[in-house]
Amino acid sequence: MKILVCISNVPDTTTRIAIGPDGKSINTAGIQWIINPWDELALTRALELKDAGKLTEVVVANVGPALTEATLRKALATGADRAIRINAEPADAWMVAANLAEVIKNESFDIILCGIESSDYNGSTVGGLLAGMLDMNMVSSVSGLEIESDKLKIQREIDGGKEMLETKAPVLLVVQKGIAIVPRIPSMRGIMQARTKPLQTIEAVSGESMTATVQLLNPTAKGKCKMIEADKAGEVIRLLREEAKAL
Amino acid sequence: MNFEFTEEQLMIRQAARDYAQRELIVDVLERDEKMIYPTQHVKSLAELGFMGMLVDPKYDGGGMDTVSYVLAMEEISKVDSSVSVIMSVNNSLVCYGIQEFGSEEQKEKFLKPLARGEKIGAFLLSEPEAGSDATSQKTTAEDKGDYYLLNGTKNWITNGNTAGTYLVIAQTHPEKKHKGINVLIVDRHSPGITVGPHEDKMGMRSSDTHSVMFNDVKVPKENRIGEDGFGFKFAMKTLEGGRIGIAAQALGIASGAFERAVQYSKERKAFGTEIANHQAIAFKLADMAVKIENARNLCLKAAWLKDQHQPYGIASAMAKLYAADIAMEVTTEAVQIHGGYGYVKEYHVERLMREAKLTQIYEGTSEIQKIVISRDVLK
Repeated sequence: MKILVCISNVPDTTTRIAIGPDGKSINTAGIQWIINPWDELALTRALELKDAGKLTEVVVANVGPALTEATLRKALATGADRAIRINAEPADAWMVAANLAEVIKNESFDIILCGIESSDYNGSTVGGLLAGMLDMNMVSSVSGLEIESDKLKIQREIDGGKEMLETKAPVLLVVQKGIAIVPRIPSMRGIMQARTKPLQTIEAVSGESMTATVQLLNPTAKGKCKMIEADKAGEVIRLLREEAKAL
Repeated sequence: MNFEFTEEQLMIRQAARDYAQRELIVDVLERDEKMIYPTQHVKSLAELGFMGMLVDPKYDGGGMDTVSYVLAMEEISKVDSSVSVIMSVNNSLVCYGIQEFGSEEQKEKFLKPLARGEKIGAFLLSEPEAGSDATSQKTTAEDKGDYYLLNGTKNWITNGNTAGTYLVIAQTHPEKKHKGINVLIVDRHSPGITVGPHEDKMGMRSSDTHSVMFNDVKVPKENRIGEDGFGFKFAMKTLEGGRIGIAAQALGIASGAFERAVQYSKERKAFGTEIANHQAIAFKLADMAVKIENARNLCLKAAWLKDQHQPYGIASAMAKLYAADIAMEVTTEAVQIHGGYGYVKEYHVERLMREAKLTQIYEGTSEIQKIVISRDVLK
């Protein structure tokens, strides 16, 4: 069985995000880029299944400009067999899914894994759109995957418990925390081999996006807290009426 | 000049950081308190390739450069120097010594398992009466024709009990003084070896430091590295590289304490504001940042020189001297910034301060580094 893990290139989760001068994008200067944490867990599970002899090939793909190759090479260093970069600036979920769909149509992947969301824009949309475009069976919120011959045993998180499903390939799984416990750390050997593993660049087929970012806004600053002595209930009423205008 | 790291170097730094921040941090306090050897961590780091990261891949090593090694040592040491010293001794003393000066047979037989981390190495130079004065070796390796007979006691041996392979420095021809010294590869389980108890140390308490006694231990002649009498030169050459590892360790201890101090100063409030807003604290942090940056640059320069096959002995002495001294200063200030909390174990900085002290003492005291540097300055 052959698996594809879709990778999103995101700022390191400790980055202090600043809005760029255009007000629509983030300032990328000095940002360290990483594999989206959910995608990293998906990759870890794929590699575990390959180590267990359940998968023959682990492929990673992303939509991104050349600078995202470092992120793909990290995936190769961690153990992926080959990588595909679709050369375009990701515009929105539709555009990313449409381009990934083109690549997937040309290959026969048995399982496709997408992280449930990306840690930068939290869109949670690519997996669903991709399954739709490919007219493919899809399961979301997957927190466990086992392969037993041609059967895929899937665990899902549901309100107050877990749901166990069985399905067959091909399938697209939108995975979340729990799919793997700790992301795999690349070994020295893996890091050395990463440069010699295939990293294919494909030109984007579609630049069409369905949404456009109009403006990014910082969270509103929290209001200051006013402390009032316990015996001054009248003051609370006055403030609520005159300052907060809540009464 | 180019201060940029390569993609691989950044990946190695991240891998070391991830392991340290996710795994080592979990049990570091308990291991320190109870002097528990980090068996599982050594195994995991060996699987990731850190235990033999500098060794040529043809001897099963990681084939990484010394710059990467400095980056990895800093990250591991930010959290746990008991683990980084095991890594340092194995990489820059034992593996380096065998790879650089050993025979092809010795590399096949001894280096490969060490590079894979299946075995850990120890470097046995110090004696009860020979520390900085390494020429006055009392341990003897008597030439008995086809073997050496080893007798004597070695002190302060990192990995003393857990090591599978010892590199033992011993005197064969006392009349030739330091030119009579040999270095032998010795199986830890050879008959006649007794390992003393785990030393109860101030810091780096979970690394196993022992004295090792040799009583008529037979060592095959083919286990001698280099020509007869090469031992002292071997030790000096190997320690030159070892200094880079310990300098990077000291750097990591300092930067680990610094990161904690920065974080704490943004959280702790006094006189109505976070203490970072008080100039007394902010200026301390500025001083600490400059010292760390200097130490990092010295470490990386020594590593770069080694990678370029240029002389690096003076650079590594400067790096170790400076990094060890500022590790002591920075950790002391980190404790001060934490106030009372800094003096209790839960906040880690008191442990980092205890660890820092050892970097001024082992693998050449700060005073020995000054001898090396001043001799060069005055030559």
